[in-house]
Amino acid sequence: MQTYKLTVNGQAKEVTVDPSTPLLWVLREELKMTGTKYGCGISACGACTVHLAGIATRSCVVPISLVGDRAIVTIEGIGEDRVGRAVQDAWISEDVVQCGYCQSGQIMSAVALLKSIAKPNDANVEASMGGNLCRCGTYVRIRKAIMTASQRLA
Amino acid sequence: MSGTSVIGKESGLSRRSFLRVSATAAGGLIVSLYLDFPLVAQQKPSAKTYPPDAFVHIKPDGAIIIQVNRLEFGQGVQTALPAVLADEMDADWSRVVGELAPAADVYKDPVFGIQMVGGSGSIAHSFQQYRELGAKTRAMLVAAAAERWKVRPEQCRTEASLVHGPGGQSATYASLAEAAARMPVPETVPLKKPSEFRLIGKETRRLDSRAKCDGSVKFGLDLDLPGMKVALVAHPPVFGAWPKTVDDKQARSMPGVVDIFEIPTLAKGKAVAVVADKFWTAKQARDRLQIDWNFNGLDKPDTSQLSQDYKKLAATPGNVAVNRGDLKALDTSAASDRILAEYEFPFLAHTPMEPLNTTVRFDGDRAEVWAPSQFQTFDQMAIAEVLGLTPDRVVFHTEMAGGGFGRRAVPDSHVQREAAAIAKRLKGTPVKLVWTREDDVQGGYYRPMYVHRVEVAVGADGLPSAWRHVIVGQSIVAGTPFAAMLTKNGVDETVVEGVADTHYEIANFHVSAHQPTVNVPVLWWRSVGNTHTAFVMETVIDELAIRANSDPIAYRRKLLNSEAKNLIGVLDLMDQKSAAWRKNLVQGHAVGVACHECFGTSVACAVDVSIENQKPRIHRATVALDCGRAVNPLTVESQFQGGVSFGLSQIVPRGAITFKDGYVEQNNFDAYTPPYMADAPTAVDVHIVPSDAAPSGCGEPPVPVISPAVANALSRLTGKRYRSLPITTL
Repeated sequence: MQTYKLTVNGQAKEVTVDPSTPLLWVLREELKMTGTKYGCGISACGACTVHLAGIATRSCVVPISLVGDRAIVTIEGIGEDRVGRAVQDAWISEDVVQCGYCQSGQIMSAVALLKSIAKPNDANVEASMGGNLCRCGTYVRIRKAIMTASQRLA
Repeated sequence: MSGTSVIGKESGLSRRSFLRVSATAAGGLIVSLYLDFPLVAQQKPSAKTYPPDAFVHIKPDGAIIIQVNRLEFGQGVQTALPAVLADEMDADWSRVVGELAPAADVYKDPVFGIQMVGGSGSIAHSFQQYRELGAKTRAMLVAAAAERWKVRPEQCRTEASLVHGPGGQSATYASLAEAAARMPVPETVPLKKPSEFRLIGKETRRLDSRAKCDGSVKFGLDLDLPGMKVALVAHPPVFGAWPKTVDDKQARSMPGVVDIFEIPTLAKGKAVAVVADKFWTAKQARDRLQIDWNFNGLDKPDTSQLSQDYKKLAATPGNVAVNRGDLKALDTSAASDRILAEYEFPFLAHTPMEPLNTTVRFDGDRAEVWAPSQFQTFDQMAIAEVLGLTPDRVVFHTEMAGGGFGRRAVPDSHVQREAAAIAKRLKGTPVKLVWTREDDVQGGYYRPMYVHRVEVAVGADGLPSAWRHVIVGQSIVAGTPFAAMLTKNGVDETVVEGVADTHYEIANFHVSAHQPTVNVPVLWWRSVGNTHTAFVMETVIDELAIRANSDPIAYRRKLLNSEAKNLIGVLDLMDQKSAAWRKNLVQGHAVGVACHECFGTSVACAVDVSIENQKPRIHRATVALDCGRAVNPLTVESQFQGGVSFGLSQIVPRGAITFKDGYVEQNNFDAYTPPYMADAPTAVDVHIVPSDAAPSGCGEPPVPVISPAVANALSRLTGKRYRSLPITTL
C-alpha cells in the first residue's frame, strides 16, 4: 500500500492503495466517482477514457503509480470546461445516448479531439473516436454531435 | 373506446384489471393498475406489500413519477412509456420522471405474464396499458376538480398538469391529487384520438440523456452500499467442470481478501468465488488462484469438429417445420438450374458494454437485490430458491443496464444464482458480483452456431420452383420455461423463424431442423433466429435476382406474397429514398439490398459499400421501416441507426466465438471485436412508413437486414458469394 496525491477535476485528493491499482479503480472505488466506466480492462473499448494532463487516456491500464502529478479530468468534471460543456450539450440535443454506458468515454475522447482540432473532418473523427466501442451503435449520432459541438464552439 | 376491453381483445388473454388508488403519507396520488393473468411462471402472486407498486405518483411539488415496468437498457422505454402515460394524462412533460420499477406482480408484461424485456415488446405490449393508466388518472383528477367547482367533469379540460373549469377556474394536478385519490376509479375511460396526441408520435428527447452525459447515472455496476464487498468468480474453463484441487494460499494472504469458497455455477459446474473489499483486490486474488479442474465425462466442444458434424447433418432432413407442395423440381431440373448453398454461422457473444453484475444482501429471513435484469421475475425466483426464501421475501431493485441484447434475459438466472450463493455465505453483507469482460466473453450463453443447407430449383421465370432448407444448430428454448410455448413438432421456432414464415411466395417449400445437444450454453441474441435466417434468405434471394438478371428490389417485390403489404411498402419507401444516391454511385462502390420482417416490423435496407484495405467500407445505409404507430420517432430512428451497427457484429472479421478442445479461444475485445465506428455505416438515414396500426417492435428488427445487404453489395464487387460468417477474407 502506498499513498498518492492526485488532482482530480481541479481538486486535491489523496488515496492509499496498492501501486498496481489502475487509475480506473482508484476513481471508481476509492474516490467513488463512478462516471468513468469499466468495459474491458485492456484498453480495447475506451469506456474508461479520462484526460491525463489533457490527453485522452485509458484509465483501466494506467497504474496509479504512473500518474505522478499529471492533472486528471473525468466525465464528472468535464462540464466545467467550455468545450466539455458544448460536447455534453450537443450529445443531449442530438439525442446520442442509448444505454449510455460507453458515453462517458465517448465524450472524453470527443472533447480531446475538439481541443486539438476545432473543426475536425470525418477522418479526424474516426481517428480520434476509432477506439471507443459503442455496442448500441450510436456512431452516426456521435459523428453528428461532434460536428454540432464544433459549430457551436466556432 | 374502452381501454380495458381493447387490451383484452388485442392480446387474446382473459383478465381482470383494477386500479388501486391511495393517498400517500407524504401527500399526493398513487395509481396502480393490477392485471390478473394466467401466469407463465410458477410464482404465485405474492402479497402486494412492496410500497411503490404503483405507476403514477403525483408529488405535492408537481413532479410526476412514472414507474416503468421493464428494464431500460438503451431501447428508450424509460422515456417512451412515461410519454405515453403523460400524454393521456395531460401531464406537464417537463415535470415527468421515469423510474425503473422493482420486481412485483403489478409490473409483469401484459402479454408474457412475467416481468421482462424481450421480443421487442416494450412498447408493443405496454402501449395500451400505459395509455389507459394515463387516461384513468386524468379522469380522477378531473372528477376531483369538478367536485371542487361544482361543475360536471365534461365541462373541464386539461393541459400540462392543470385542470381548467368552465368559469375560468384552474387547479394544478398536485393540488387535486389528494382529493383525486378518494375518487372512484373509472371502469372505462375514453382514450385520445390520435389527432389529440401531444407526445405520442412526436419526437421526444430521452429523459436520461443528461445523467448519461455527466457521469451521474448509476448502472448496476456503479452501486455502492455501506460495507459492500466485491466478488469475482473463477469459472471452469470447460462448461460443467469443477475444481479437483484449489490452492488459494497466495490469494488468501492478500490484504483485503475476505473469503474464498466454491459455489455452484452454470452448466452444473462448480466455480471458485473470491470476495474482497475492492474489485482490484478480488481480481488480483483471483489471478493468484491455482485450480486444477476436473473435466471427467464432459463433452469438450470444438468448433471445427462441430462444423463438420453440422454439415453432415444438414445433408439429411431434420424435424419438419414446413412441408408445402413437393420438391420434384429439385430432382428433375438440370444442375445449371439449381442452387446449392451451404452457410455457416459462428457462436456469438452479446458483450453488452456494462459487464454482468448483481448485488445481493441476505439477511436470513429476507434479501435485497440490485440487478440490471431483463427477467426480474425469473431472477427474483432463482435468488429466492438459492436463499431458501419465498420470492416475496426478495426485494428486487431493477438497476439501469449498460446494454443487454438478450444477455440479461437468461432463463436459468445463472449470474443471480452465483450472486445469491455468495451472499448466502456472507450473511448480512452486501456483495456485488462482477463478471469481468473475460468472464463475459468466455462465459457461454452465446447465439448458437448454425449451418444452413439450401437447395433451390430455379424455374424458367427465374423464380424458385422448389426450395429445400435444412438448419442445424442448438435449440435456444430447450430445457427452459419457454420450451412448451416455442417448440412445435420438435422444432424450436427460434431456430427456423425468418425462414419457415418467409413472405416470399415459394409454393414448393420444405424446411426442417436438426437441434443437436452441445456442451455450450446458448441464448437469444438481439433478433434471435433472424440473425442467421434473414442472412440466408436475403443472400439467396439476391443470388436468384442476379441469375434472373433482375433488379434486386424489383425481384423481391415480384416474389413477395400478397400478405406482405408492409414489406412491399418498406421496399417501395427504401427504393424511393435511396434512388438518388443509387443512381449516382461512385466508381468502385456497389449497392446491396435486403428486407425482412420480424417482431411485427417490416424493414428494408440499401447500403453503399466499397472495399478499403481489404475491408468493407459502408458509406451509407438507407433504412425504411413499418412499425405501426411510431410512439417516439426519434427513438425509432436511433434504434435503427444503432441496430444496423449491432447487426454488423456478425460480419466483422473478429466476430466469432470459437472452441478448441472445450476452451473458448477468445477472452476479450481484442479477439472478439464488435464493430467500431469505422466498421459501421458513415451515415444511416431512417424512414418510417406513417401508420395508425398498433405499435410493433423496434429493438430487434433493425439487426437482421444489414449483414445480408452488405454481403450482397460485396458480392457485386467481387463476384463471390459470402456464406460463412464472419467475413474474414473478401
